[in-house]
Amino acid sequence: MNWKTSLDALIGGGIIGLASSFLLLFAGRVFGVSGILGGLAFPTKGDALWRVGIILGLMTAGFILMITKPDAMAIVPNGPWWRYSVAGIMVGFGTQLGGGCTSGHGVCGISRFSVRSIVATVTFIAGGMLVVAVMRALGVLA
Amino acid sequence: MKIFFASFGSALLFGLGLGLSGMTLPSKVIGFLDVTGPWDPTLAFVMMGAIFVHAISFRLITKRTSPFLTTSFRLPTRNDIDSRLIIGALVFGLGWGLAGFCPGPAIVGLVSGIPAVFVFVASMLVGIYAYRFVSR
Repeated sequence: MNWKTSLDALIGGGIIGLASSFLLLFAGRVFGVSGILGGLAFPTKGDALWRVGIILGLMTAGFILMITKPDAMAIVPNGPWWRYSVAGIMVGFGTQLGGGCTSGHGVCGISRFSVRSIVATVTFIAGGMLVVAVMRALGVLA
Repeated sequence: MKIFFASFGSALLFGLGLGLSGMTLPSKVIGFLDVTGPWDPTLAFVMMGAIFVHAISFRLITKRTSPFLTTSFRLPTRNDIDSRLIIGALVFGLGWGLAGFCPGPAIVGLVSGIPAVFVFVASMLVGIYAYRFVSR
């Protein structure tokens, strides 16, 4: 942890908050990525276009980052492919069951002071810390 | 079509914020969750920055009777704590820690062409469909 990365994190966070505000102001929607994906997996008429816009916007951001800040996406921890598969299934299933992820509960929900989102966020951070502690104990992390 | 561009623009900004903040680096996310190792609390600032801005703007925006492009704000209204919320958040958190990806940064990271990101996103879709299948 250092000053530069901490300031980038704070400013980056502010940009995330601002972006969520734009979506709310224009479309009246919560910027919750797992919910947006869930709705796109089972699209209904008149409700898909804005969701496609979100996915394409995120991917375009990734493209811009690849050019302007390539070190922002280059580091993936080593590990067998099935670890990413198991993780993906859990993230997909868990976010639909729990009604949100880091963006929907962690940013938008907490900003509304939603009790459900505060409880969900504490729970998923605790879950993340638990699994990382187990991986460290097993020597999976360097 | 206006709503497409509004969503696209918001998501573009959102994704750049994720990139600047370090959320698109799984190693950084795992470092934030690594409380029994060399803990890196940096990502706590991401949440602080995002919540600080959005908590204020949310209140200003919802004073309006409607958004610019649609007829009404679509906001969650529930405030009960049930087992689905807890179990869902726990399963999500375990998966998040296992890979270091949550849904937003994973979609941003797809463009990198790193195979692990593709495996993660494809599996996430499997998880989403699996949920709809079992919850019917």
